[in-house]
Amino acid sequence: MKVLGIETSCDETAAAVVADGTKILSSVVSSQIEVHRPYGGVVPELASRKHLEAIVPVVDEAISRSGVALKQIDAIAVTRGPGLIGALLIGFSFAKAYAFALDLPLTGVNHLAGHIHSVFLEPDPPPFPFVALLASGGHTNVYHVISHTELELMGQTRDDAAGEAFDKVAKMLGLGYPGGGVIDRLSKEGDPDKIIFPRAYLDKSGFDFSFSGLKTSVNRYIQTHEDEYQNQIPDIVAGFREAVVDVLSYKIINAAIKKGCRHIAIVGGVAANKRLREKVRQDAEEKKIKVHIPCFHLCGDNAAMIAAAGYHYLTNGGVSDMNTDVYSRVL
Amino acid sequence: MIKKQLQITTLSLEETQLLGQKTGELINGGTVIALTGDLGSGKTSFIQGLAKGLGVPNEYYVTSPSYTLINEYPGRCPLFHADLYRLEHVEDIEEIGLYEILDSEEGVVAIEWADKFREILPDHIAIHLEIADDESRKISISADSPENITLTERISDIYNQQIEKISRSKGVQK
Repeated sequence: MKVLGIETSCDETAAAVVADGTKILSSVVSSQIEVHRPYGGVVPELASRKHLEAIVPVVDEAISRSGVALKQIDAIAVTRGPGLIGALLIGFSFAKAYAFALDLPLTGVNHLAGHIHSVFLEPDPPPFPFVALLASGGHTNVYHVISHTELELMGQTRDDAAGEAFDKVAKMLGLGYPGGGVIDRLSKEGDPDKIIFPRAYLDKSGFDFSFSGLKTSVNRYIQTHEDEYQNQIPDIVAGFREAVVDVLSYKIINAAIKKGCRHIAIVGGVAANKRLREKVRQDAEEKKIKVHIPCFHLCGDNAAMIAAAGYHYLTNGGVSDMNTDVYSRVL
Repeated sequence: MIKKQLQITTLSLEETQLLGQKTGELINGGTVIALTGDLGSGKTSFIQGLAKGLGVPNEYYVTSPSYTLINEYPGRCPLFHADLYRLEHVEDIEEIGLYEILDSEEGVVAIEWADKFREILPDHIAIHLEIADDESRKISISADSPENITLTERISDIYNQQIEKISRSKGVQK
């Protein structure tokens, strides 16, 4: 079954064609293509109107790169939520019209379930049940993944998301946006044990996160070391990164142990963080747990993951009708 | 223009949240709260208290909307929590749907990094947070309109009464 996936929940306009929920035939993300070239690459501005401008070229590009004729597409999967209502509506309304015109089944996909499905686009995906850490700019969630369509939320951030902490710390230090890549790069030159920032484990047996206090303590460090911090940036970011990674790794491994799972998936933009990938793999190996992390281009928002999740929704009877609407939040 | 500004120093994160909570208890749908202050100064913490005061159920975690841009919570009236941190152009305000929310006057609208686009703000209560030390924050509350001035005075009075009550009960314990 060939599914056209469409994603417009936040900054990216994306479309993809995926066969049987596993094989990517094409995957197009607007920030990576021509649309932004006149402005010199990725434009970190938001893009509700950009979604409207980009949706048709991005879908056309995905169809044409897939090598599949439009009439060979079997179904359409589109992000229904959570996200910004105005942004979601553009993708969702477009998908409804497309499905209606081509007389194809349509399914609305939860963006977060989509991220988890990015590991099914890689060889050797985890068997059910497994636990998943979804860490991005907007979310830091731990799930017990029971099947393609059943997710149990075990924990989430109470304040800032992990990816947001990276970006805000980078901003405080004048390192630019986004922060994950530059912090990774600078951390290599720094000593993570030189400046120790607090780890917020909260209740150690629980799976909630808090990164706001860490952000504030980096800010306090900068304020109280005004004269010298400029020369300590590699040590500051290495210490900060280690504090984030320690907590993420600790919680996801404990979640696997609690649920008796031998497999962990790490997904979302923060899954691209090199130290996180390394640390979770090290810690998991000691416990004989296998870690699944998608390749870099499937960590950020994309539509292939939406098509993959949509395939499983559809094969489980999850067809959306024309009265289905978007939602801004899950709870 | 009349303008009133009140200063409060909170000594802990809990006190900052308490000030938010008292604010939430006193305001109603249509009130706009504009928050300003550095990264880590406690804007989101204040709004966590505000949500509590508005009766947002505990199972809803009030998280930073920096990425999600606008978060909505059910309460005595809806709470819209917006963040202009990532916005670069004033047109973005329209694109994220903030004008619709402000115009409907249905809920309380709390806006972080409000100083980025001051010109778009309707009549509001302004909350500015400054880091005094690790946990202590200097908070100024100001308003222009008679209704909002009355509100800010009541918020400050009730908060101070509450703090006094807490310190008295701690004194009794000793």
